[in-house]
This record gives sequence, C-alpha cells and structure tokens, in this order.
Amino acid sequence: MKAKLEAAWKTLKRRPMSLLGVGLIGFFLAVAALAPVLAPPEAGSRDSYMIPQTGYSPDPVRPSKEHWFGTTEQQYDLFYGMVWGSRTAFTVALKVVGFSVIVGVLLGGAAGFHGGWIDEGLMRFTDVVLAFPDLVLAVVIVAIMGPSLDHVMYSVMAVSWPSYARLVRGDVMSVKERDFVAAARALGASDVRILFRHIIPNAIYPVLVVASLSMGRIVITAAALSFLGLGAPLGYADWGQLISLSRNWILGTTDNPFAYWHTVFIPGITIFMFVLGWNLLGDAVRDILDPRQK
Amino acid sequence: MLKFILRRLAFLPLVMFGVTFLLFFCLQFLSAEMRASLYIKDPRQLSQLEAVIEKYHLRAPLLLPFKFTGTVWPLDVDFVWVGHTQYWTWLGQVLRGDLGYSETAKMPVSEAIFAFFPATFELTLLAFIPILAIGVFFGVLSAVYRDRFIDHATRFVAITGYSLPSFVLGLVLLMVFYGRLHMFAPGRYTFVTDQLVHSPEFRHFTGLLTLDCALNGQWEALRDALSHMVLPATTLIYISVALLLRITRSSMLEELSKDYVRTARAKGLPESVVIRKHALANALIPVVTLSSLLFIGLLGGVVITETVFDFPGIGRWGVQAAQQLDIPGVLGSTLLAAFLFVMANLVSDLLYAIVDPRIRVGGS
Repeated sequence: MKAKLEAAWKTLKRRPMSLLGVGLIGFFLAVAALAPVLAPPEAGSRDSYMIPQTGYSPDPVRPSKEHWFGTTEQQYDLFYGMVWGSRTAFTVALKVVGFSVIVGVLLGGAAGFHGGWIDEGLMRFTDVVLAFPDLVLAVVIVAIMGPSLDHVMYSVMAVSWPSYARLVRGDVMSVKERDFVAAARALGASDVRILFRHIIPNAIYPVLVVASLSMGRIVITAAALSFLGLGAPLGYADWGQLISLSRNWILGTTDNPFAYWHTVFIPGITIFMFVLGWNLLGDAVRDILDPRQK
Repeated sequence: MLKFILRRLAFLPLVMFGVTFLLFFCLQFLSAEMRASLYIKDPRQLSQLEAVIEKYHLRAPLLLPFKFTGTVWPLDVDFVWVGHTQYWTWLGQVLRGDLGYSETAKMPVSEAIFAFFPATFELTLLAFIPILAIGVFFGVLSAVYRDRFIDHATRFVAITGYSLPSFVLGLVLLMVFYGRLHMFAPGRYTFVTDQLVHSPEFRHFTGLLTLDCALNGQWEALRDALSHMVLPATTLIYISVALLLRITRSSMLEELSKDYVRTARAKGLPESVVIRKHALANALIPVVTLSSLLFIGLLGGVVITETVFDFPGIGRWGVQAAQQLDIPGVLGSTLLAAFLFVMANLVSDLLYAIVDPRIRVGGS
C-alpha cells in the first residue's frame, strides 16, 4: 500500500497541473469543513445554508470591508454564499457519483455476469436513457417533480447511472473469462462470491477513473438546473442559483458598465475553479490507475 | 454491409418506443388533471376536465389494457380487461402529428417545432464548423508536437473550456461585449430586422434566417442576424471544442506510435507525408464517427446557451416550458431532442461501418 502511494505521489509530482487539481480540491474541502468558522451563521438562524440578507434593496452592493465579496440581488452576502455553497456542491456531486457508481456496479455487474435476458433487458433500458442529452432529460424530470435541490440531485442521478452500468458490464464480461474466475468456480465459490470478491474488484478501476472525471460534469449539470431556477429555494447557498441572480446585473450602470461585475465573476470563478479542480484530479487519477501509461 | 444497416434500422422503432414510453412514464408523477393538459387546446375545455380525462383514458392503465385485482401472491389474481391505455392513446395522437398545444409558445407543439428548430439548427451549424476545424487542426498539432509549447497551450485551453459552465462564460461575454462595448446584443435580431422578416415582401425559402436574408438580398438583415449569433456561437465553440481536441489528439498519438508509421519513416518519407498521408487518415476515423454525436451533443448544450442569450430556439422554448410546467411543450421539445440523438447515433454507427471496413464483418 505504501509503495503504491509513493508511486502515485511520484506520478503526481511530475505533473504540475495534477498538483494544481489536488490543491484546488483540497482548498475547497478545507473551506467546506471550516464553513462555520469562515462564515459564522447569524445567531438564531434556523438553517445555516440560508444566506443572511442585509436589507432588502434589490441593487447589488460592491465588495467592502463588511461584505468581502459584496452582495448580490436582494442583499444576499456573496462570501457567505460561496463558503456554504461549497458544502452544497460537494454534497450534490458526491451523492450523485456515489449513487451512480453503486447502481452502475450492481446493474452492470448483474448484466455482464448473468448475460442472457437480464443483460438484454438492462442494456436496452440504458440505451433508452442514454438516448436523451443528459441535461434535457434532467430538466424534464426536475420540472415534473417540482423545483428543489433534492429533485435536482435525483434527476442528475437518473441520467448519470447508465453510463456506469455500461462500463461495468463491459469490464465484468471481460474479467469473467479470466483464469482466476474459472479457478474460483472450480473451488466451489458461489456466484455472488465470485462476482463481488473476484470479478468486481478487478473491474472497478475504470469506474473510479470515470467517476473522478465525471465529478466536474455533474457539478456543472446540477448548477445549470439551479441556474434555470429549478433548484434550491431563493437564498439557499448554491452557486448555480447565485449566478442566476446575477443575470439582471450584467449591464451595470450608465457611467460604469462593470458596476456589478462581482455578481457574475465571484460565483462564476468559484464554480469554474471547483470543476477545474475535479477535472485535473480526474486526469491525475487516470494516470495513476491506468497501467498502460507506465 | 446492407445487413448491418438493416439490423440497425430495425432497432430504431424499439428505441423510439422506449424513449416515448420513458417520457410518458415520467408524467405519471403528475395528477390526471395535469396530464389532461396534453390534450387541451382551448381554455374553455378547462371547465370540462373530467370529460377530457375520460375521453383520453387518463386514469386507465399505463401500458397494458387490463387491471390487476386481488392479491398478487399467492396467485389470487384477476385480470380485468379495460380496453384502453394511457400510453397507446397518447402515442396514437403523436403518430398523427398531434403533440398538443404549447402554452409557452402560444401555438401547437408541431408548429412550435418548426418555428424554433431552424434557429437552433443555424446556431449549432455556425458553431459546429469552427469546432471541427479548430478541434482537428490543434488536436493534430498537439499530438505531433507532444509535450512542446503548442501541446501544453492546446491542452490548457481544452481543460479550461471543459471546466467552464456555459452560463458563466455566456454572462461574462454579455457583460464585456454587450454591456461595455455595445456589440452583439442578445436575442435573434433587432427591431428593424424583425419588421422586415415579418413583412409580406420577405420570402421564407428555407426557414433559416441567415440563408433567407441572403436569398432575399437583405444584406443588412443578414449582418444583423449573424451578429446576434456571434456570442452564443463563441460560447458553444469554447465549451465544446475540448472534446474534439482530446479525441483527435489521443487518436493521433496512437496512430503515430504504430508500426506502419515507423515503416513509412524508415523508408525515408518526409515527416509531413507520414503525418498527412499515413497517420492522419487513420486518426480521423473516430473523429468522423463521433462528429455526428458531437453535433447533436451541441444541440443539448444549446439549452443553456440559448437561455442565457435569449435566443429563440428549441432549447430556450424547452426551458421555458419546463419552468412553467407547460407539459406539451416539455414533451415536444424533449422528444425532438431524443429523436435527433437517436438518429445521430445511427448515423455515427453507419459512418463507422463505412469509414472503417473492419466493423462490417460480423456486424458488431
């Protein structure tokens, strides 16, 4: 294990971009963990994820000593939103990826291992789900279920598991033919034991690579749904929603076209850095886990 | 070859059944009264909701025309023949071309598709051509000059584009170009062009605004239409070119490491010939087959882009329909997207079989 970690570190060290990815995700993890310290909720607030409002004026206020990142439409504090929004982003991304991997492994594993009608049925079903552009189907599902952050999560889950199922199925089918599976069967191991102890551990690496690479996409899709107003309620610490609040302010004032730049740039750069971090990290994971690169 | 095509075509109705059924299934989470909006064409019908529900069997079983009664296990099941199903009733309407009335578009869905699709198609095409050109050109350069400056620069652009949400890039572009420089306004055209397009003298040859303007000889309107597409197209190009860059680069790298390339070099061919005549021809196979998917992938990406730039295409219509729970609108725009996606998959497979002879044998 230690040798593996050292090898991974060696691969990382050679690639500054991968290090940057690790750094970015580490930074956001720290922010999410320290959220109550960095942006303490107001005394007596019932939900820490609701961004405090200072006043009700519609016009955003530029960054100042009190509001480091300024306020956006209706005086929601952007710094608070960014800090607590990191928790929202991690929660959504990890839950969606976790769900997709588990469902993908179970269904793809069953399809690849059993073959026959289970395989045929499950794969035709994934074909159907994959026949939609993922954002489009997610919009439909969330529209029908009604706007809420949980529904955004469910809809992104609904569109993201089939690609995992397909991937796992292919890997399971190829691992199934290997000698050690025949050996396990000869020793009298049960199907369930063969699948979970012998096949899946040997077929899981590509899934981990895809999972780390798809974190960024999932964050973008979820944020896009929030941006369309199908996500969290107004004032909830959610980056996608804070960007949608900036839509009315891209024009600034007559004497200063960039008067409200912070309403777009601050949430925009935050979400960009988060997604970039995952994508760079995903590349790094691929380089470390993919034996062909060595 | 013919067998492969026929097999692939035979598969098509099955997928379309699955696609339509999945969409209709999603509607089951709504009440029968809400599903009735699929069939309502006139506000006066709202007072006779029950009659609509009755007529179109909206409380009937979903897929199979009978109901189960009694306990399911142990075997105390009765089938009661109902004779009608929600799904097949609806599908019958759809196949007759009746997709309902879209409240957001203020017109029947079948008309709305023809009203909005040309705009989307135009925008997508305008973005797609530069994506192909830039993607292939820099993808190849990046592979040939691996680990040199151009490679690093290309990969940096690719990964940032891949990480940038289209709505962020779109808003920033609007802020800089529209807000500061007063160029490239959102929407589809200015008021003057709008009046011109809706005047009786303007003839609609194709439905594609730019092409129609050119055919009418309205160069000022053409310039106007194009200038409204610059920012959305730029957004689409920047966020979508990354995929093609990656595919071209890795495909090219793989070909360059193969034996036939070494042979070509060994017999003394100039490097430019090796790259252009030998490696590139083979490296482009995945690019060609994936390009139809990429084109349709763009159609998915325009959902957000059109919304940000208030560009009246299928994507913006679909989003508005979703926001206002205009069910016929949501279903219509989504069905169109899914249909195009399925067709693109088909084209991609067929292209693959044509470009790469190895696929034809065995058919899978």
